[in-house]
Amino acid sequence: MTEELVVTLSALETRFPDVVKKDERKGYEGFLVDTKNLVEVATVIRDELGYDYLSSVTGVDYLEEELLEVVYHFYRSTGGKSLVLSVQVPRKKAVVPSLYDLFISADFQEREAWDLYGIKFEGHPDLRRILMWEGFEGFPMRKDYQEAFFVEDQKPFANRWPEGKVFRSEDENQFGKNVQYPKGFDKPKKWDPEEEDLLYAGLQELGKKDSGDLATDHVVVNMGPQHPSTHGVFRMAVVLDGERIVALKPVMGYLHRNHEKIGERNTYLHNIPFTDRLDYLSSMVNNHGYVLAVEKLLGKKGAVPERAEYIRVIMSELTRVSNHLWAIGFLLNDLGAFFTPSLYAIEERELILDIFEATTGARMMNNYFRFGGVARDFPPGVLEKLNSIVFERLPRKVDELDVYLTDNEVVASRTKGVGVLSPEEAIAHGVGGPVLRASGVPYDVRRADPYSIYDRFDFDVAVRYHGDCYDRYIIRIDEIRQSLRILQQALKDIPEGPVLLKNPYNIRVPEGESYGRVEAPKGELGFYIVSDGTANPYRYHVRAPSFVNLTALEKMCVGQLVADAVVVLGSIDIVLGEVDR
Amino acid sequence: MTDEKTIEVPDEMRAQVALTNMADLVKGNLLDKPYNWGRRNSIWPMMFGLACCAIEMIATAASRYDMARFGMEVMRPSPRQSDMLIVSGTVTKKMVPQIVRLYNQMPEPKYVVAMGACASGGGPFKEGYNVVAGIDKYIPVDVYISGCPPTPQALLNGFMKLQEKIDSQSINRERWYDKEDPIEALPVPVLGPDIMDPRDYAMITKQAKA
Repeated sequence: MTEELVVTLSALETRFPDVVKKDERKGYEGFLVDTKNLVEVATVIRDELGYDYLSSVTGVDYLEEELLEVVYHFYRSTGGKSLVLSVQVPRKKAVVPSLYDLFISADFQEREAWDLYGIKFEGHPDLRRILMWEGFEGFPMRKDYQEAFFVEDQKPFANRWPEGKVFRSEDENQFGKNVQYPKGFDKPKKWDPEEEDLLYAGLQELGKKDSGDLATDHVVVNMGPQHPSTHGVFRMAVVLDGERIVALKPVMGYLHRNHEKIGERNTYLHNIPFTDRLDYLSSMVNNHGYVLAVEKLLGKKGAVPERAEYIRVIMSELTRVSNHLWAIGFLLNDLGAFFTPSLYAIEERELILDIFEATTGARMMNNYFRFGGVARDFPPGVLEKLNSIVFERLPRKVDELDVYLTDNEVVASRTKGVGVLSPEEAIAHGVGGPVLRASGVPYDVRRADPYSIYDRFDFDVAVRYHGDCYDRYIIRIDEIRQSLRILQQALKDIPEGPVLLKNPYNIRVPEGESYGRVEAPKGELGFYIVSDGTANPYRYHVRAPSFVNLTALEKMCVGQLVADAVVVLGSIDIVLGEVDR
Repeated sequence: MTDEKTIEVPDEMRAQVALTNMADLVKGNLLDKPYNWGRRNSIWPMMFGLACCAIEMIATAASRYDMARFGMEVMRPSPRQSDMLIVSGTVTKKMVPQIVRLYNQMPEPKYVVAMGACASGGGPFKEGYNVVAGIDKYIPVDVYISGCPPTPQALLNGFMKLQEKIDSQSINRERWYDKEDPIEALPVPVLGPDIMDPRDYAMITKQAKA
């Protein structure tokens, strides 16, 4: 236990004797709280102990103990380690008080826990399913839920190994598809879908509050899921008064591909390529977050050689540069400058992808990090090429982008003062990364809670203070410059040596829980892992930055014009693979 | 063939000009060549991205790989104006009704390219409870492209395969413009306790009774 946590524990113990208990399970670091005291404890944590940033809320199903657990990860927005609270409720009557009133960042995450685990959050204003649709049968992340193509609880499946014979799940299913229906369901023609009704009813409520003196009719406009400006299959249901937005609800789940459920069936190593597909624009950073979480559990066994740490930092920062280039290019797309600025950004990104392809064998899905290092060293010639890109080409090209865009009148007039988010709101909504820092909160996980070897590098945390779309654009240029600084230092200092000491195919991870977080290009990316000592993670949760950042979308958009919603969304920079997982 | 005497063809152009009438043109498949040549070099894809593959699709459209070389750079956000639906990524149950609707809204002749492992057969996410194991369970697919995601080169190769397919088609055989027997719209799946394909209703009812 760290010193900081000891202090916190004693503070909590004096304040709440018998209410807050140290989690005594092997490998757990948090505190257990009763449901009835949760709100009270959370208030004290926020107001007196300074843990004002609720990063992650997630459920865990302990089937054997007949318990459902909700795990909260709190941080101080000034930096430091986490404070973990857990609440346990019986599986049959899973009701937990909602923390929505204290931390708005709990909004979507509690809805997700309701959707996937069936944990009811009392006091949540809009507890609907978020990733699946209303009317879906069952709570899929519960341990006793079995998919239509269910084979076994854990991989590798015996029927495909060791003979490796061909097995098609379709042949086993009577519909030949990935579907199953509850027993006795025989009224498909009379089925009445209800999701939209609930959504629109909630929107009407929100819209009512805002009507002024002149009674005008409101119009509901659905943007997406097939819409060129939503960066994938994202949908916004918007209530308009004229051209002004009076209410907005994001609708997601159109790319919910069950990352967590599949991740719990996989072995630990299996999961690395799956993390690539979370935020598919920055797969290296996803790898990094995941291996950090597992290495935390592994302890000494997960020690990383020096050269591998440098390679990890180099790859992560290259990813950040390429991601921000893409984000800037497509923000301009959303502003109406169709594709030309993107072409400039993609040109530079391709150079970085070439480095990735030469090193890892793939352009996007790199599958490069391993527990205790990286998969392979740079091939000959790549470091030279990297040097020329990092020291000469990219700094020049970033300046070029800066010259073209930053003082551009159209960019300024479309983005300045649009979608403003104040620092207090940003922290309460739990947003992270560039969105948080553009609101004037200098919070960067690389500095606030350093991981890997980021404490060795000299770089500034980029901050901007207006919190509008313009600052969210320009902070990405700042961050590219800082990333280039880190890259230049790392490339100068990179030592010789091995990159991976041992490549275990199937590792055994000691029991316990761990939360590994990194500063992904889009914000704080966290992996929550519970290990029960077997070859597969017992619980595998991804705290996706894009997903939580979207919590603030409504706040930023209400009162703006409908055309600005597109710009606000572009300035948050979401990736649907990560939002929906 | 028409009587050559009625239309004067200068000597120097005889090698390039063939004279015929409309009936012979259609019957002899002579129209197919210029018609297909035009179609294959101006396939307009729908601006429609699902997942990771969409990023590679955009990279293919960008200057380095340049889809414009194949006449495919005109990405249309509306299905009414597009010829090709690139299913670029994992198809989820929540999304499949929209995809079928988009497909129905496209005018004939239309083509579907299943880009990548997910769209072709579910890929790494096949077993997921919200994942459709291949878009071909719901709409017909013309070209499958392997890869996760396919590289831009692989995508271009898929487009060339599609061009080959277009080359081999004939308006005599295809039903695109058949007014007596038009191609019917596909049934749109419904989100119930699980995704329900209207074509499966009888089976679902039967299963409930069993």
